[in-house]
Amino acid sequence: MELLYGIFVDPFVQMWEFPDLLVQVLWEGFVSGTLYALIALGFVLIFKASGVFNFAQGIMVVFGALSLVGLYAFGVPAYLALILSIAIMGVLAYSVERVVLRPLVNQEPIILFMATIGLNYFLIGLGEMIFGGEPKTMITEELGLPKGAWDFEMLGGFVSIQRIDAAAAIIAGILVGGLAIFFNKTRIGRALRAVADDHQAALSVGISLNQIWRIVWFAAGIVALATGIMWGARSDVSFALSIVALKALPVLILGGFTSIPGAIIGGLIIGFSEKLAEFYWGPLVGGSIESWFPYFLALIFLWFRPQGLFGEKIIDRV
Amino acid sequence: MSDNGQTPVLRINNIEAIYDHVILVLKGVSLEVPEKGIVAILGANGAGKTTTLKAISNLLHAERGEVTKGSIEFKGERIEKLNPNELVRRGCIQVMEGRHCIEHLTVEENLLTGAFTRKDGRGAISADIELVYTYFPRLKERRTSLAGYISGGEQQMCAIGRALMSRPDMILLDEPSMGLAPQLVEEIFEIVKRLNEQEEVSFLLAEQNTNVALKYAKYGYILENGRVVMDGDAAALRENEDVKEFYLGIAGDNRKSFKEVKHYKRRKRWLA
Ligand SMILES: Nc1ncnc2c1ncn2[C@@H]1O[C@H](COP(=O)(O)OP(=O)(O)OP(=O)(O)O)[C@@H](O)[C@H]1O
Ligand SMILES: [Mg+2]
Repeated sequence: MELLYGIFVDPFVQMWEFPDLLVQVLWEGFVSGTLYALIALGFVLIFKASGVFNFAQGIMVVFGALSLVGLYAFGVPAYLALILSIAIMGVLAYSVERVVLRPLVNQEPIILFMATIGLNYFLIGLGEMIFGGEPKTMITEELGLPKGAWDFEMLGGFVSIQRIDAAAAIIAGILVGGLAIFFNKTRIGRALRAVADDHQAALSVGISLNQIWRIVWFAAGIVALATGIMWGARSDVSFALSIVALKALPVLILGGFTSIPGAIIGGLIIGFSEKLAEFYWGPLVGGSIESWFPYFLALIFLWFRPQGLFGEKIIDRV
Repeated sequence: MSDNGQTPVLRINNIEAIYDHVILVLKGVSLEVPEKGIVAILGANGAGKTTTLKAISNLLHAERGEVTKGSIEFKGERIEKLNPNELVRRGCIQVMEGRHCIEHLTVEENLLTGAFTRKDGRGAISADIELVYTYFPRLKERRTSLAGYISGGEQQMCAIGRALMSRPDMILLDEPSMGLAPQLVEEIFEIVKRLNEQEEVSFLLAEQNTNVALKYAKYGYILENGRVVMDGDAAALRENEDVKEFYLGIAGDNRKSFKEVKHYKRRKRWLA
């Protein structure tokens, strides 16, 4: 009886009685959610355009962030280091297309998946060799990102908003908006949607798959770098960060592997629900349910909608 | 070999093509398309018509196929090693069997993808979109519809219009009649004829609908089991007794209906 009360009544009573805490929890969920959404977006871009499930996406997040702080540690000025890190993601995209995708074109998806596992470990090794394996601090201030917090007095209490979190949400929004314009309004974006939809048709009109792959991996690389900076600013930059990137998996199950809006909404749902669950239901089981709750949610979700919330509409008029 | 001594736009010389390294599908095919010609490749299911067209456009590669022998020349230059992107730039584009419109793009976006390889600017491309609409007024009405939701006939028009957007000298047209009502088939072939006369596009078309194909083409090749078994002027082929019996269905049986059972759309063979 007490357990039932604890599950079904008490959390809602608390939400009602301390709305300021609820707002705080929702804000935390929103920020995590935007970052999950960004990571998932990287997966979706690559999956849509090349049919590859990129296991290395999480490491790309770390690798991007690591290059940035690593270059800075070698004495490169912050903004130059940022530009160079973007360039590194470009080189990575080019190399992946040349060394992995092109030779393996026409192979089974599972083989390409294995290749991305290889890429994953290669990037870990390379990152450790060049920049060392110990955790590093993100150069938040040097990049002009805000520090500290705003405290708002509201709803009979306080809500505290970390400025870096607000910046993360804004940057994520700008990136997503930019990508949306890129895909919907430009020639390359149109070609990319064509490749995602019917790669043979795209090929037949002279769209170069190799070029599209390079662009998509580069876009995913930039998204990864941005995620790495934001996430690194909230914790440390280390390979442990890639565990966080695995949270993209439940996001993808929720949102569908091919849907960009799905990645965004899915990311937010996971962000909100894990923070709510952690804060209101966590104490019942004595602590950290944040780490597994998203996977649990995804599993439940799979029973009802295996194609995801926004699994691409399959046009079938025959 | 050409009657008037001109070099043909397209000359295929004794090619062999295989799939998956082993399956030999074309066993020495030779053919020519003269400047501003309309040439038909005829033959039953599995004869190798599509494979021949894909060998030219090099879409074969994406299906794990390759040309292992012989040569293909477009405007006098060897093209076996070129990828489709390069070939489209040079003026040769394929309209695939089953239309392959990009379903989640609108009709107009589909047309724009056809201009992917062009570098001559937006103005020229918009002008060509209008030109396509003058040939296919129906596409103009459906310009904002998703291509997945328009009718089969409109999809065929969209696919041809899209190819036109690349400003081609030659279109490889694979079974435009597939799954369309007879009247619509005539309509499409009439437009092919006008494009040939007014825009000076050469056509190499693969057809099972021998009747219509020989009405509009000037020359035909009959393919069986990966070999050319007969070729000649369209008029001569129409009068040939064997062609009449086997391909025109004049012997009175309903042989022609087998094409209906053919799969309507080939699903994506994505990297598989
Ligand atoms: N991707 C492929 N892999 C292996 N074999 C193939 C492949 N595509 C076609 N073939 C084989 O090649 C042969 C010729 O096929 P093709 O598609 O060229 O015939 P077609 O004349 O176009 O027939 P249809 O009228 O049915 O379109 C067939 O025996 C077919 O089974
Ligand atoms: Mg065919």
